[in-house]
Amino acid sequence: MSDYMIEFAKVNKWYGNHFHVLRDIDLQVRRGERIVICGPSGSGKSTLIRCINRLEAHQQGTVTVDGLELSDDVKVLHEVRRKVGMVFQQFNLFPHLTVLENLTLAPIHVNKLPKAEAEERAMLQLQRVQIAEQAHKYPLQLSGGQQQRVAIARTLCLTPQILLFDEPTSALDPEMIKEVLDVMTELAEQGITMLCVTHEMGFAKSVADRVIFMDQGQIVEENNPHDFFNRPRSERTQAFLAKILAH
Amino acid sequence: MNWLRSNLFNNVFNSSVTVLLGTLLLYALTQAWGWAIGQAVWVADAEQCHAARGTGACWGVVAEKYRIIIFGRYPFEEQWRPLLATLLLMALLLASCMRVFWQRWFAAVWVVVLTVFFILMHGGVLGLATVTTDQWGGLPLTILLASMSVLGAFPLGILLALGRMSDLPVIRSLCTVYIELIRGVPLISVLFMASFLFPLFMPEGTSIDVLVRVLVAMVLFAAAYLAEVIRGGLQAIPRGQYEAAVSLGMGYWLMQRKIILPQALATVVPGIMNNFISTFKDTSLVTIVSLYELTGSLDLAVNSDPDWMAYKLEGYLFIALIYFVFCFSLSRYSQWVERQVNRGKVH
Repeated sequence: MSDYMIEFAKVNKWYGNHFHVLRDIDLQVRRGERIVICGPSGSGKSTLIRCINRLEAHQQGTVTVDGLELSDDVKVLHEVRRKVGMVFQQFNLFPHLTVLENLTLAPIHVNKLPKAEAEERAMLQLQRVQIAEQAHKYPLQLSGGQQQRVAIARTLCLTPQILLFDEPTSALDPEMIKEVLDVMTELAEQGITMLCVTHEMGFAKSVADRVIFMDQGQIVEENNPHDFFNRPRSERTQAFLAKILAH
Repeated sequence: MNWLRSNLFNNVFNSSVTVLLGTLLLYALTQAWGWAIGQAVWVADAEQCHAARGTGACWGVVAEKYRIIIFGRYPFEEQWRPLLATLLLMALLLASCMRVFWQRWFAAVWVVVLTVFFILMHGGVLGLATVTTDQWGGLPLTILLASMSVLGAFPLGILLALGRMSDLPVIRSLCTVYIELIRGVPLISVLFMASFLFPLFMPEGTSIDVLVRVLVAMVLFAAAYLAEVIRGGLQAIPRGQYEAAVSLGMGYWLMQRKIILPQALATVVPGIMNNFISTFKDTSLVTIVSLYELTGSLDLAVNSDPDWMAYKLEGYLFIALIYFVFCFSLSRYSQWVERQVNRGKVH
């Protein structure tokens, strides 16, 4: 088995015929590594992580997840998606189900766990994200921050080995960002492999093992957070950092 | 009072329009009351009815003919059977509308009740005389056709809607062609095909009961319309719901069953109910292929008897009332369902 949890090799992707959204991506992610991906909008950072659980299909090159090469093979896809959890910008909770049902649906029907056990595990995860008292409410009755914590708990119920965060705090009111970042920081300390698309540079500095900067579908620069923020090499990185760290 | 003054009598023009319309309304109501109630004949006496013609309604026609109107050509002395069967079926349908019965075991109740329904109606066993389906008629036939069409069309409509939204080109085009084809022709022509054309293509000596053929035609027809209503609901589901379901490892059918369809169907409850109500009323078209459901059996009851032929209008009003009771109940039920499925929303 490869040492890498996720491996991109010469990956290219186009939207339609013209928009080249990923260009020759080469990326290796070690087991347990925590990576923050940043870059201007439209740079392909969301697309990159969505290729890992094949919400998006790449057209050239190979993506390998825990030794499995992604293809249209349904079995491989299913196997990979069991290993990979994803947290979305818009939470994507199921509004017609209670919080608890959101958490237990996949464990019961996909992992075939008995209902009682699934609920027990779900309550543990809800406690972990400090929201257990909301278990019987419906998602839309919760605040954005609470919803995102529920969404994180929902993926954790499937005990993923990899967690993908797609701008998890971008849709939140400022005062709710911290509660979500706190949960993410706690998770990062557990040794789970994390890829996080975010503009929260404080989170990147304190948690990431590596920060990747993308622009126009390419990985422009990657480095440890200290050097990334203090000695950015490329001009594009410098310009980007200057803009988002300006205030 | 204030409302009246500020909305109906706030200037000369509005006041005169109000008075004019009020007078007209009052006149129409008194006329209608006089015809339908005041001057009406209530007993089944053809001579009294004749005397009252033009001034009062002859409800006697209903009193005289109600058994034929309700049960059609079903043998007179056996009519307790369709009565019992219909009561059973209606009880089943009512129970199915209630939340307590939305359980898996209730499917077994359906099977039992439907079996009993067919045994009662058709007979031929347990010492009951055989009554072939061409003699079934009236309200039992209407309810049977309506409920079975809805029951069949609902799952088929869901499959067609999913098919039309599918990523697989073959399935998608098949479903699209089917839906557009069926929507492109009137129900009457589908019924004609089922009733007259279809048997020509059957191998010699085999035949399928006309009731079954008509029922299948109605299911196929209603499903095409329903599919488009449901597709509207499917389109209202944000992409993120699919993505979340897929990223949690759910397969296509699990995702549809637990995530997409519950939400999609909930958003289109009014449209679905619209479809059910129109299917219920569409059953009146099967008369043209010689199945005498409620509307057909009214014709049968009144046209066959010269004494009562003149009072068809009263007969129509009577069955209109029956249709209204059913359709109005359906529409009230639809509102209840809407409240049920909206529980998760913030108010």
